Amino acid sequence: MSLFEEDLKKLKARILEMGGLVESAIKDSVRALTDRDDQLAEAVIKRDHVINALDVEIDEEAIKLIVRMQPKGSDLRFITTAMKITTDLERMGDICVNIAERALEINKEPILKPYIDIPRMRELAQGMTRDALDAFMNKDQRLATDVIMRDDEVDDLKYGIIEELLSLMMLDPSKVSRGMKISFVAQYLERIADHATNIAEMAIYLVVGKIIRHTAYAVEQNDKG
Amino acid sequence: MQNNNNNNNDIKIRVKDMNFYYGKVNALKNLNLDFKSKFVTAIIGPSGCGKSTFLRTLNRMHELYPDQRVEGEALLDGRNIFEMDAMELRSRIGMVFQRPNPFSKSIFENVAFGPRIRGERNHSRLSEIVEDSLRKAGLWDEVKDKIKESAYALSGGQQQRLCIARALAVHPDVLLFDEPTSALDPIATAKIEELIVQLKKIVTVIIVTHNMQQAARISDNTVFMMLGEIIETGPTDKIFTAPKEKLTEDYITGRFG
Repeated sequence: MSLFEEDLKKLKARILEMGGLVESAIKDSVRALTDRDDQLAEAVIKRDHVINALDVEIDEEAIKLIVRMQPKGSDLRFITTAMKITTDLERMGDICVNIAERALEINKEPILKPYIDIPRMRELAQGMTRDALDAFMNKDQRLATDVIMRDDEVDDLKYGIIEELLSLMMLDPSKVSRGMKISFVAQYLERIADHATNIAEMAIYLVVGKIIRHTAYAVEQNDKG
Repeated sequence: MQNNNNNNNDIKIRVKDMNFYYGKVNALKNLNLDFKSKFVTAIIGPSGCGKSTFLRTLNRMHELYPDQRVEGEALLDGRNIFEMDAMELRSRIGMVFQRPNPFSKSIFENVAFGPRIRGERNHSRLSEIVEDSLRKAGLWDEVKDKIKESAYALSGGQQQRLCIARALAVHPDVLLFDEPTSALDPIATAKIEELIVQLKKIVTVIIVTHNMQQAARISDNTVFMMLGEIIETGPTDKIFTAPKEKLTEDYITGRFG
């Protein structure tokens, strides 16, 4: 293996490490809410700096590789998309901090209603994140496309949750504070799924060399069937 | 790639107040610079900036020409190279040139040449040195079955690696490379570049190159020269991403002059 390939492998490993931390943050921040576990929420908030540090480190490594190796073709696509992916992952980490912060607030109040759809959203968002990164690492266009298609499901869940909370809040103003905060969490999870979709889109760019953002790619794939 | 896995911050060569004159022309102006041990240091700069002149003074090639003289010091492990025995100096600081220049002898004799003129007569000892040097130069597997054949039968890239093996045969501390790949195709160039990165495990490498990308690919430190002066030196990653000097920035971005 050439030195360049070794460096690429190292870069990949760092991205996977960052992805793993973000996945844990998604899981733990939502569990802090559903299990009313303040300690877990604090842990998510405390751990975010590790994700931030990896974001910087991976960018620096990528810049080094560009300047030193003048990558071309799929190597160039890999390094440039790696830099963009870390931006998405870093944002996802921040959103998990937001979820943890809301959990700390919500946990102080009585339970509004059992959490059913929030854990489902969490599972979807986390799965999309994992699969988007797998698709990127394994240059798997089909898996990436699948992630993009799953985004609608998350959106639908979010609207369902917000509608339900709205009707609760309208009937009983004492539930507004909690209802609003849980709506935020639904919104946050939807944003996490959006970032996972971005990563999947970049995986597709990596494989086919075509930027599919802001195109009807998902619709076309759906029609194909 | 920069590795610095040797945590060795030793200075191999320290250049102090060096000036160089071609007749009355002051071609190197007051150079001060440290070359770190087991590092690859690249010297870059526009044509005529003095980078090759600088490299040549480090093993006193200039003494072969009249009317050229040097002032100041270059200390190899603390000893001034301008006061050392020239023969000793050139075994400790080897040089590889732009065009491969094997002797018109067999592959074996090319590599055995240095140890022989330094008194090694034992054939089995010479054979060991030849094999070891050719292995270090990444050429052994390609030539082991035709070691008695003429060096001229090799391709350009192989000849260049033979010259590297020849330089390694006398166990130098430092290898100087003067545009070592400018006469080679991209594949042979890549092999030489990988080899140079490998070599820093055993020697300190100083390379002059016109090819900035090459400097970026293989060096740990980079020295940028212009009009006989050192404009900037530093870690290669730094020089090529965020140099301190505007002249360096202009040169590496191609906005020069």
